[in-house]
Amino acid sequence: MAAEEFFRQALVYLTAAVVSVPVAKRLGLGSVLGYLVAGAIVGPFGLGLVGEERQDVMHFAEFGVVMMLFLVGLELDPRMLWRLRGPILGLGGLQVLLTALAGAGAGLALGLPGPVALAAGLILAMSSTAIALQGLAEKGLLRTPGGQNAFAVLLFQDVAVIPILALLPLLAPAAAHGTAGAGPGAAHGGAGLSGGAQTLAVLGAVALIVLLGRTLVRPALRVIARTRLSELFTAAALLIVIAIAMLMTKVGVSPALGTFLAGVVLAGSEYRHELVSDIEPFKGLLLGLFFIAVGASIDFGLLAARPGTIGLLVLGAIVLKLAVLAGLGRGFGMAAADNAVFALSLAQVGEFAFVLIAFAATIGLFPAVVSGPFVAVVALSMAASPLLVALGEKGIVPRLRRTPASDRPADPVHEQNPVIVAGFGRFGQIVARLLRAHGVGTTVLETDADRIDLLRRFAQRAHYGDASRVELLRAAGAEQARLLVVAIDDPGKRLELVRAVRRHFPGLRILARAEDMLDAYDLLDAGVTDIYRETLDSSLRAGADALRLLGVRAYAAQRAARAFLRHDEQSVRELAARRSDEAAYVSAARERIADLERLMREDLEPRERERDAGWDSESLREDARGGGFAKRD
Amino acid sequence: MTAPVLVLFAHPALERSRIQRRLLEAIEDCPGVTVHDLYEAYPDFDVDARREQELLAAHGTIVMQHPLFWYSAPALVKQWLDLVLEHGWAYGTGGTALAGRTLLAAVSAGGREPAYRAEGLNGRSVRDFLAPLEQTARLCGMDWLAPFVVHGTHALEPSAIERAAAEYRRVVEALRDGRIDRAAARAAPYLNADLGAVLGG
Repeated sequence: MAAEEFFRQALVYLTAAVVSVPVAKRLGLGSVLGYLVAGAIVGPFGLGLVGEERQDVMHFAEFGVVMMLFLVGLELDPRMLWRLRGPILGLGGLQVLLTALAGAGAGLALGLPGPVALAAGLILAMSSTAIALQGLAEKGLLRTPGGQNAFAVLLFQDVAVIPILALLPLLAPAAAHGTAGAGPGAAHGGAGLSGGAQTLAVLGAVALIVLLGRTLVRPALRVIARTRLSELFTAAALLIVIAIAMLMTKVGVSPALGTFLAGVVLAGSEYRHELVSDIEPFKGLLLGLFFIAVGASIDFGLLAARPGTIGLLVLGAIVLKLAVLAGLGRGFGMAAADNAVFALSLAQVGEFAFVLIAFAATIGLFPAVVSGPFVAVVALSMAASPLLVALGEKGIVPRLRRTPASDRPADPVHEQNPVIVAGFGRFGQIVARLLRAHGVGTTVLETDADRIDLLRRFAQRAHYGDASRVELLRAAGAEQARLLVVAIDDPGKRLELVRAVRRHFPGLRILARAEDMLDAYDLLDAGVTDIYRETLDSSLRAGADALRLLGVRAYAAQRAARAFLRHDEQSVRELAARRSDEAAYVSAARERIADLERLMREDLEPRERERDAGWDSESLREDARGGGFAKRD
Repeated sequence: MTAPVLVLFAHPALERSRIQRRLLEAIEDCPGVTVHDLYEAYPDFDVDARREQELLAAHGTIVMQHPLFWYSAPALVKQWLDLVLEHGWAYGTGGTALAGRTLLAAVSAGGREPAYRAEGLNGRSVRDFLAPLEQTARLCGMDWLAPFVVHGTHALEPSAIERAAAEYRRVVEALRDGRIDRAAARAAPYLNADLGAVLGG
């Protein structure tokens, strides 16, 4: 590729990404959809800015998935992996099996021959590791039960690709077998080895990775780190990933799996954070590139010709996958909200499907009339995925969370106390302990059952239940209570609770925790007057201590912090009224900040009018020299 | 337009007080009287001098009501004086904001009156112990009246407390209405030693 052509493509791809992703993010749809749309726009069916080379780009960009698995491995504790062995084998295995069978059944019903239907079912079982993990990580759901199970299933799928690749030639008509060698060899190496030798090679490679990871890589990284050349460390990190990917490809294992393993091995090393931060940008860029390529590969010609058919196929594929996933999630005892996260995040067909469809086409298993629409269906299901996740996040999951998980009904409250504290996290605990230490009866409501059980061991009582439910508040004595401390950490939930209380218990005074200024404005609008921004006091204390350590006297430093606090509280109230007009808001906010800085300077430096002159002000000295004030009668 | 009376009240443990609480209750609802509870307003001693100066400027008579601790006011009162009575505002060149206003101290003391005599346990009268405040008033050009003093608070009978509270209310109302014999009020040892003489007919 000529340099000029390379730069032209880089320009197209980067521009597409930089323009579309922020728009998608702004719309709350996540970056993946942004990349996909960007791809569709610059692709052959859009502006036509990228052409045939997008296939090469996609192969290259698939490496992003490999890097992502390396990072996932790095973030993963081997103990957690061991803990997940049940979900990986059970949930993952059943998911692939059941989806493949259901997909094959649907294929048969559509009139496909048996082997083709089975292959289609297997391909359908794959979900997109890139989309699902990226989405879960972006929304901070990776560590939730739903996220963990999704991860387990994805891991199993990544491994399952290899036997599926081996199985497809057996399904193909005998005449086409001759071409098989080129197919899987191109994608996944290992063609020349017999079954037994390959197994040995795989085990050997895995052992090599673990061994080298333990003995060679860590000391090598130490030497490299000592050179203090950060680009050298980046190079080493890339080298590790690429070397493992090549090794695994040689022995016929998915490179993603190999780098994942290497990640796990290196997870315990002291260079974990450096490795993560060095690989992260490459991963992000390559994945973005990959999604753009996917977006560009959507055949809009086909789509335009048979929109109804393709649409129904996409819908059918997603519904089928959702049904299997949700059924399994339920069978494995996941809470409804977790199950929704789990099923919705895995409902798309994954990137491995492109590899498998292309392979099935080369070996003559899929005729063009199957593979063409199939690729479109896969790409569109990937495009629909962020929408599904957004729908789940905004519509389904909150609704499921609101009715507290059916497995635990709200605790009956037998106390009648003057104070109700909603939320027993870092904030609520302190408030409740201070009150209880003063003999003030305090009823605490908390929705996290684990936290309640944990705190019970420290003799801290709390009732299980969602405080935003009016009946529960009434049962907790909201009608007779004098104060309600709203200490829950979710701003949306907090506001909901505040509004419900203002409506149903107007006499109950609310003391509300707030995250930041914007949150405080919302609470002010909702009629709350006692608002506590959660990090304000501790950051002021840190600031005052910093002043003190720089030589400002302790008392003056503390007074400065107090003045700051007073001024800031005033600002919140003043600025709240102006926030509808952004320009006026910004200028008012700037004015307030400048105002505060002036006030601080006046207070900390010698000046004409001191707040605490301590009988040592300049004006007093002048007066004394002139014999001024003492003479007044 | 200035309002009549500002009561600067200071008690760090009002919830445990017997006398001061009754005195406060006696004047709290008086029309024309602003009660400013300093320990409630500044639990952290971070007195807002601007706000206090505005309050002072808006009132003609200032009453400083507090118990005597170690022959003086509770600590926050001193902090308040230190921060609020600024040079150039309360005294010194241009410091005329308080000139012409009246200052009365209304204090309670644990010891009985005889203990506050030259030969008594405490050696001086309450009025003597309040000399710093008296001089502060003079430096600021204020009219200093003899203090209103409740003695022997530890052993005071409920009926005596009620009597003191009623007298305090009469004094505050008289200050509000300008019905006070200033010459007599300046000269008396305590304002409430002979209330009839001070409040006139």
